[in-house]
Amino acid sequence: MTSYALLGAIEQGFAYGLMVVGVYLTFRVLDFPDLTVDGSLPLGASVSAVAITAGHPPVLAVLMASGAGFMAGAVTGVLNTKFRILHLLASILTMIALYSINLRIMGRPNMTLLGQDTVVDWFAAASGLMPHVSTPLLFGLVCVAALAVLVWFLHTELGLAFLATGDNKQMITSQGVNTDTIIIFGVGLSNALVAASGALVAQNQGAADVNMGVGTIIAGLASVIIGETVFGHKTITRALIAALLGSILYRVAIALALGMRLGDFAITPSDLNLITALLVVIALVMPQIKARTKRIMAGRVK
Amino acid sequence: MTRLLLTVAALCLLAANALAAGSYTVSVTQIVEHPALDAMRQGVADRLRDRGAEVVFNVHIAQGNMGTNIQIVNQIKGEKPDLVLAIATPGAQAAAQKIQDIPILFTGVTDPVSAGLVKDLQNSGGGNVTGMSDFSPMDQHVALILEIAPSAKTIGVIYNAGEPNSVVLVDKLTEEAAKAGLVVQGATIANSSGVFQAVRSLVGRADVIYIPTDNTAVSALESAVKVCTQTRLPLIAADVDSVDRGAIAAVAVDYYKMGLQTGDMAYRILVEGVAPGDMPVEFLEDLNLHVNTKAAAAMGVTLPEATITRAAKVVE
Repeated sequence: MTSYALLGAIEQGFAYGLMVVGVYLTFRVLDFPDLTVDGSLPLGASVSAVAITAGHPPVLAVLMASGAGFMAGAVTGVLNTKFRILHLLASILTMIALYSINLRIMGRPNMTLLGQDTVVDWFAAASGLMPHVSTPLLFGLVCVAALAVLVWFLHTELGLAFLATGDNKQMITSQGVNTDTIIIFGVGLSNALVAASGALVAQNQGAADVNMGVGTIIAGLASVIIGETVFGHKTITRALIAALLGSILYRVAIALALGMRLGDFAITPSDLNLITALLVVIALVMPQIKARTKRIMAGRVK
Repeated sequence: MTRLLLTVAALCLLAANALAAGSYTVSVTQIVEHPALDAMRQGVADRLRDRGAEVVFNVHIAQGNMGTNIQIVNQIKGEKPDLVLAIATPGAQAAAQKIQDIPILFTGVTDPVSAGLVKDLQNSGGGNVTGMSDFSPMDQHVALILEIAPSAKTIGVIYNAGEPNSVVLVDKLTEEAAKAGLVVQGATIANSSGVFQAVRSLVGRADVIYIPTDNTAVSALESAVKVCTQTRLPLIAADVDSVDRGAIAAVAVDYYKMGLQTGDMAYRILVEGVAPGDMPVEFLEDLNLHVNTKAAAAMGVTLPEATITRAAKVVE
């Protein structure tokens, strides 16, 4: 792998890092499988593209995107808690609605940002570094800052209630906490992160596209699982860091697959999805194999 | 003596050729695998080979995933090719955003201006990007529709509002149709399973159905053929493959030929050293008309003799 490809993979890992952390919050912490993300990622991209085109500063565009993402997530949360719609279905409903909404926001399916000022250009100019170095650095800083705030938040009273909601709903309800509010807020927060990620991705690739959300949840889950397997998840801080690093590992794995050359037969570009699926399966199976070998070894010692 | 001279001359020619067309690397970014897109890639490769340029291709396909799409650009930066060939809009946009020091040649992009790839079709911005547009010649499509259904007043069009190219095409169709005094009725679909219902919704509201080069609509063309046959509505397509599948006619870009012409542009950049910024966006002038007489009969249309004789291919 060339240094460009490696730095590029790290850059993509961080760009999608906020999304992965968002997916972690719903999927693992709230125990809420949330497919809204396939719609809220392009939502963030659309909002930021429209904001930038209208002349707003790119940083503000990212904040506006996460605000829109929060609202989208909150809608899923309300559908689930107030209207008793199954979480999976509630999130699918929001996701498909967002497709039309994103088209409305942009007024077209693809909005170019080529030639516009983005956070990427701004940071490259401010830091004086080469773009392929400054961009991963910028996205990395954004992710680290977001994680720091998140870790702080999860140790506040509200944060602890948030953590407990997914673990033991009954217990936390008996403590007088309204879990509905927590779920609405939590799914909102998760999608705010996802939409911010969408804004970064769009500004990085030079266009917002209504179809760019396809497969977001797969990438998110794969990253979460790879991160957990490789880096562990004993404490919430460690789990969040693992999710972020998982995002990077996932993109590095794709970069490796893209660069694979094994003679004439070998792997063709069309095998990319298969390779990605295999990587995730390996990540999922590894802990089981490890546990089994441990048991067998322990049995032998006896 | 003559033989010796000839040999020397031949050797000189060979040497000149080798000098002119050395060995080059071209990195390809393509958003999905798709017969039309693959045909373009093949066309570029064939033309470069036929003109004597020795080219190694690194082909990357994003499998429709935008995250992978941009990773491919980083992969390509590391490969340091002599030329980036971007097939279809998303790959071209990502390449143009990230790569400034390598020539980028796009092809199969419908509207390169609104995609932000070039400032205008003359490419007056003078950047490192140029290429070919596959824009359907809408004036010719409207003319073909009128040739087949002369009494038509309303054109029904099926398309996916989420495909950037389709929206541009339908806008252009509406404009060209208005010039001919026709009205366009759109029915949008979100996925290919919506085609059947969308065509049905147009029955009674449209005199002829037109399917543009919209991936979603074209992938479920058969259901449109079925409805049109049942209700005897003429169905015109924008790509020639759809004629084999049951549309009455299409006058269209041949994607392989488009690849050949893109290959000529690649040759100019690689071998002749022309800067992309000095090359305007090109269109394919050489279009093919295909007709399907069996489909015409089934949809209650008698094709004019002139149309059939003019066709490059007649499906019976």
